[in-house]
Amino acid sequence: MTTVKNGSTAGNGAPTTAAHVTPPRMPAPAASAAGVNIIGLVKADYKGLESTLCNGCGHDSISSQIITACYELGVKPEHIVKFSGIGCSSKSPAYFMSRSFGFNALHGRMPSVAQGALMANHTLQGLGVSGDGDTGSIGLGQFMHLIRRNLRMVYIIENNGVYGLTKGQFSATADVGQELKHAGRNEFPPIDLCRAAIVADCGFVARSFAGDPKQVVTLLKAALSHRGTAVLDIISPCVTFNNRDDSTKSYTWGKAHDERINDFGFVMSQEEIRVDYAEGETKEVELFDGSKIVLKKLDGSHDPTDKQAALRLLTEAHDKQLFITGLLYINTERPSLAETYHLVKPIASYQQDKLRPSRESLQKIMSAMY
Amino acid sequence: MLRDLTAPTNIAPTAPHPAQDTNVALSQREPIVNDFAITAATKNGSGSQTSNAILLRALFKMGIPVSGKNLFPSNIQGRPTWYTIRLSKDGYLARRETTEIMIVLNPDTILEDHQNTAPGGVFMYADDIKLPVRRSDLHYYAIPVKEMARQHESDPKLRIYVANMVYVGAIAQLLGIDLDEIEAALMFHFKGKAKPVESNMKVVRAAAAWAAENLIKTDPYRVERMDKTKGQIMIDGNTAAALGAIYGGVGFAAWYPITPATSLADALNEYLPKLRIDPETKAPTYAVVQAEDELAALGMVMGAGWAGARAMTSTSGPGISLMAEFTGLGYFAEIPAVIWDVQRMGPATGLPTRVSQGDIIAAYWLGHGDTKHPVLLPGSVYECFEFGWRAFDLAERLQTPVFVLSDLDLGMNQWMSKPFDYPEEPMDRGKVLTEAQVNAARGFARYKDVDGDGIGWRTLPGNESPFAAYFTRGSGHNERAMLSERADDWENNMDRLARKFETARKLMPPPVIDMVTGAEIGIIGFGSTDPAIQEARALLEAKGIRASYLRLRALPMNEDMTMFLASHKRIYVVELNSDAQLCQLIRLHSPKDAEKVHPANHNDGLPLTAHWITEEILYQETRH
Repeated sequence: MTTVKNGSTAGNGAPTTAAHVTPPRMPAPAASAAGVNIIGLVKADYKGLESTLCNGCGHDSISSQIITACYELGVKPEHIVKFSGIGCSSKSPAYFMSRSFGFNALHGRMPSVAQGALMANHTLQGLGVSGDGDTGSIGLGQFMHLIRRNLRMVYIIENNGVYGLTKGQFSATADVGQELKHAGRNEFPPIDLCRAAIVADCGFVARSFAGDPKQVVTLLKAALSHRGTAVLDIISPCVTFNNRDDSTKSYTWGKAHDERINDFGFVMSQEEIRVDYAEGETKEVELFDGSKIVLKKLDGSHDPTDKQAALRLLTEAHDKQLFITGLLYINTERPSLAETYHLVKPIASYQQDKLRPSRESLQKIMSAMY
Repeated sequence: MLRDLTAPTNIAPTAPHPAQDTNVALSQREPIVNDFAITAATKNGSGSQTSNAILLRALFKMGIPVSGKNLFPSNIQGRPTWYTIRLSKDGYLARRETTEIMIVLNPDTILEDHQNTAPGGVFMYADDIKLPVRRSDLHYYAIPVKEMARQHESDPKLRIYVANMVYVGAIAQLLGIDLDEIEAALMFHFKGKAKPVESNMKVVRAAAAWAAENLIKTDPYRVERMDKTKGQIMIDGNTAAALGAIYGGVGFAAWYPITPATSLADALNEYLPKLRIDPETKAPTYAVVQAEDELAALGMVMGAGWAGARAMTSTSGPGISLMAEFTGLGYFAEIPAVIWDVQRMGPATGLPTRVSQGDIIAAYWLGHGDTKHPVLLPGSVYECFEFGWRAFDLAERLQTPVFVLSDLDLGMNQWMSKPFDYPEEPMDRGKVLTEAQVNAARGFARYKDVDGDGIGWRTLPGNESPFAAYFTRGSGHNERAMLSERADDWENNMDRLARKFETARKLMPPPVIDMVTGAEIGIIGFGSTDPAIQEARALLEAKGIRASYLRLRALPMNEDMTMFLASHKRIYVVELNSDAQLCQLIRLHSPKDAEKVHPANHNDGLPLTAHWITEEILYQETRH
């Protein structure tokens, strides 16, 4: 297969193929009309159906941050495709962006459905919502293989350490020693999905907290600009089954223990960098579409471009049951799945003229079969 | 098939050339031309596949109707494998139970191979194999396979491959196979590369020359040129299926390695890069993904089909089991997908390299709850191609997973066929609303039966109308694709799906029926057993029993089946499985005819023979 290049290179030196048709994002106007974003939509254009989740569910908070991020970025809702598996988390795509197509797949199998859909039309932006049971147990295999192939999509894990829809069993991300009303004590260590993602060579791994909307929005914006699979593990308290103060997935615990490992801003492509950091204190990471992450340099702070450091940090946090949040690891170099396959136009857009080879070609094959 | 061996002659195995005398005694027979079977007994992984393919194609190029079947173990290297070639001047291509010409290079199976050679047949063997006993009713030819291999190949590791070409040369000389056609077959096999053709031909010629000089032909078997393969092709069903899919516009294929389906994906990977590059962008108009398992393979296909690509997967029984959940989702969420099941022997791991037709019930109803799927049943490599493209039209028209049931015999063996016809019908992309249409209507109801055929209209992701999007789910939904647990929404939806299945019944390819006027009995079959059934009908007719024949090409069954059942007193359903699955389905299709529908099923892992069918039907007929 031939690589088709458009001749330009991204700022990070990586070749840019025509594979990703990113929607043009206009520079932010100096003063936008009240409530209208850069593509002329109001926030209501990003809303979904009314949530049926429990009052105060962390997932609803994440849904509203998704709405905010997409609205503020000026992403066309029709350009987003929502995916989910099964579970409370996986219901939530119905509760944001009704103008986006959505596919509520099977338990643990959202990655494969997303891969098929986004290879059939790689110009769309995938946004997947999964849970800790969906990703960490039944879907662990597909999760790892999605990352391995580097499909361009945002993969959100709404992580509450518990099965909600089946009423309160431990999930694979529950901390060891944790106690639940019905399930008793959890005897097994959690699977750290961020660590798993890095092991599978994920190029964008972050952890956040549903109780920290600002960080969630910033991470979401950066993740939407990433070249490949971007994993956001968001601790999202389950108010009904796992919100006791001593639970490591509760609001109280999260607020008390959230330790930010870095401070950063997101700057859209063609937007001027206006982050309130003094010169020389920042490090920039250019994303696939030209947007940038501006990291504030802190003494001894984590460098998210260092994979070993990220794994060390996560391992330490895992062993000590620390709740760290922020951008853990970023690598913008790995080609996306569509780039690996040299896709240019969406496969789904081809019609008979391009899909059915000529009569002569069949005759040639037939005559060779004698 | 074991035969009784009456008093085999005991000849000391060490005797240098005792065979010649026996051979002379047997030699007063009329020549037998182009009507016998050759079996080569070798070890797998030794390169004998190439030799057998060469022999098969050389005979085909001599104009003789011929079929080849590989009977191989589930193993990489060193276990016994057989390849059987049938030459039939009358054009019968099914496997035969008897082998007249046995070529043995594998000492491990010598006893059974010796026993299984037809009386009066030829036993050709490598001369370093010791024969424990000799039969008085066989013609023996010992070939210095090792010695000749040593002469032609200095590398001991490669000698095993050369050894297989020795028997090609020897048997060519013995039977009269044209060496030029062997060379042409080698050219085909090595895709015109001169070097391997030349080195192999050297061995073939040397072996033929040795045979001419040293063997005294005493057997009656000969091949002679005919003109019965003119204009025909020779191809395996999996390659035919892949080509069909490519001319059907496959955009996305995901698969997981499994015997005997792997070569279908291999063929996609071989031909797609040659046939499906967009001339404008030089980019592929397709993607083929080797998935992490069969669940993911069908998951990807679901995603791609939902997003508007013509999407397929190819697998076999165990893969079908893993795909059950996604198939049910595809049925209920109404997503086009094509699933090729190249059947092998189950249940469980079963016999992975043996043929069966045991998935027909599983495929038809795969999934929990009330699911049912259109199933295509190709009966030839020609239909593997045709259904390869037609399956996409049906899947997109019906917005549902469509199965295509091939099997190991059809998929992996070489078959003669008329050349494939270019699809004349334009692609049917089904009911898809454009952006303008959705905008004009300011919305649509995804699961509403607008046209009375049970099929709703769909939109594709990427449709930029703000009214185009809908939420696809496997949970209960109403006409507007909204989550619903209402009883009436559920019932309306299931009623519509039932209507859609009736539409499918009308769209599926009808059975091929050969109605014999006045025949009391009818035979029903499907898939790769067709040649054996055709031949069995001729054998039965020779015994005074005339039988009509219905070859089923799809599920659900239609009125043609009902009519066929009504027109005969006794129906025999021929199939390769233990539970008489098609027979059960037919009885369900027409309960009033259930009593006259009789199973004629067999399931031993081998392609069905005309002899077995004939005996079975004759036996059952004596009981009526």
